[in-house]
Amino acid sequence: MSLDRRGFFRLAGLTAVGAQLPVLSRAGGSGPLEPAGKAIEGKRFAMVIDLAACHEHPECNRCIEACDRSHNIPKIPAEAHEIKWIWKEEFEHAFPASNSPYLKGELAEKPVLLMCNHCDNPPCVRVCPTQATWKREDGVVMMDWHRCIGCRYCIAACPYGSRSFNWVDPRQYLKERNPDFPTRTKGVVEKCNLCEERLAEGKIPACAESCPHGAIHFGDISDPDSPIRKLLEERFAIRRKPVLGTEPQVYYLV
Amino acid sequence: MLEKALKGNRRYWSWVGFLLVIIGAGFFFYLRQLNVGLGITGMSRDVSWGFYIAQFTFLVGVAASAVMVVLPHYLHDVKAFGKLTILGELLAIASVTMCLLFIVVDLGQPQRMLNIVLHPTPHSILFWDMVVLNGYLLLNVIISRVSLLAERKGEHPPAWIKAVVYLSILWAVSIHTVTAFIYSGLAARPFWLTAVLAPRFLASAFAAGPALLILLCLILRRLSHFDAGDEAISKIALIVTYAMAINVFFILMEVFTAFYSEIPEHLDHFRYLFLGLEGHHRLVPWMWISVILALISLILLINPKTRHNHRMLTIACCAVFFSIWIDKGLGMVVTGFVPNPLGRVMEYWPTLPEALISLGIYGIGALMVTGFYRIALALRGELGETSGGGS
Repeated sequence: MSLDRRGFFRLAGLTAVGAQLPVLSRAGGSGPLEPAGKAIEGKRFAMVIDLAACHEHPECNRCIEACDRSHNIPKIPAEAHEIKWIWKEEFEHAFPASNSPYLKGELAEKPVLLMCNHCDNPPCVRVCPTQATWKREDGVVMMDWHRCIGCRYCIAACPYGSRSFNWVDPRQYLKERNPDFPTRTKGVVEKCNLCEERLAEGKIPACAESCPHGAIHFGDISDPDSPIRKLLEERFAIRRKPVLGTEPQVYYLV
Repeated sequence: MLEKALKGNRRYWSWVGFLLVIIGAGFFFYLRQLNVGLGITGMSRDVSWGFYIAQFTFLVGVAASAVMVVLPHYLHDVKAFGKLTILGELLAIASVTMCLLFIVVDLGQPQRMLNIVLHPTPHSILFWDMVVLNGYLLLNVIISRVSLLAERKGEHPPAWIKAVVYLSILWAVSIHTVTAFIYSGLAARPFWLTAVLAPRFLASAFAAGPALLILLCLILRRLSHFDAGDEAISKIALIVTYAMAINVFFILMEVFTAFYSEIPEHLDHFRYLFLGLEGHHRLVPWMWISVILALISLILLINPKTRHNHRMLTIACCAVFFSIWIDKGLGMVVTGFVPNPLGRVMEYWPTLPEALISLGIYGIGALMVTGFYRIALALRGELGETSGGGS
């Protein structure tokens, strides 16, 4: 049986999750392959964003810059054609249902970090006609840019505006390229991949790693002893549009 | 049989030439779109489906509407529709072809479109839409080919074709239902999230499609010896009347629920459509034109005196067709994205290349209808050769 691309990713994911095998270095060539660090494993990955910590530094864009650099995300001047994996949005737009007209201060005035929610019940995966987007066992909602036909049904289905389409060739807007991560072609959809390529190498997502203020936490939410579970036990957290039943896995501490 | 479409007088060939110019222009801009990307259109990160998908949705309705002449003829033995069923089926073939072309030009990576077949995904409604649309195309090709061949030989069509016809009746309902499910199953888009969307699609289809068929029959009567007969035309006109009335009723149901419940995320879309939202009101004049056309058509259709007058009926059918085209081909798809899920308003309007590509596809549809109808009429000797023209 031939192993198609998706099968390969699934296998790679399962390997990373279950078998505790060291992921082999991508640089093959001659000579013995060397392990590049143990993959981060988890039953259900999630993100916890501490809005209070983030709001202390409204000018900071370190996470966005780290993500853009790491994933070859172009800066496209036309707003209509923008590619966004993690970005800032006003509170009233990030949480339209939780808005109070009398809210003043940081929560109302300072931006909220938005990204793919890596939903437990992702509507984008349900609607995709080619399985170019799918949910991994560990909860990461993946995208195969070589299978996507660019129908944009997933964009219509996402209640969070987390998906971007390459309306034009993105490479013309890339100033510098990270050679370790693919660039994309025009005509495909993309979004945050929870840094699955970094997880496989034992690194936490770039946004969480780059945040100097401890505002972005990543971990295994299925593990009751994980730091993110402790945070969620101690502080009140909200999620975006939980009523829709998508079970978003990005939690916001308020 | 196809050679019959290659004979014609000067007027026929000027019409065909005109269509070929439109198709050529559309093809030229499609090549540009392939080169530049869909950024050549007016679509954006927020409004990610536009004119193409809206035309697809509208034309699925026109395709499904063939059933409005086929069903009365085969299930209720309405003899007046006997000459018309083939015209309905041929119109359906042209419409489904246009639908498929509109999907293809909307794809970001059209060369990968077979991935839908290579990786069949039953939980995606788009997969099922591909199945029902291609199935409907196949059914209508079989039915019209078999009946035209039988007609050429001067025989009755074989008995087994009836089974295929019955299947096509059910299938016609399915294509527009599944197309509505593409929209009405999305929790992210409150504007489309309504159980009445599929019934509304069917009602508007059964008004706009037969209205177009009446117009085509009236044109054929002028250009050829084909006469659908007053009885058939007045029966279709009655179908258009009921379907349009039901369509308007369904729209009013939607408007009531939105405006009385006052749930902002539902209401904002209707506000954008009919009143404008946060200073954005590009679609508002269009929607009111659609409302006025709907009212004019209902007045002319419900009154039997004007309905039986062919000049008034022509006006009424044009009004029905354009009212529904504005509603489905302009308002329905775009408004699902305005405002976006974050409550922001980004407007959409098709660009010139986008409009010309769409026009090119309509040109292909018109060319198909012209050629098909010419073949059908030639086989019956109803072409009226001296004045013979296209539709």
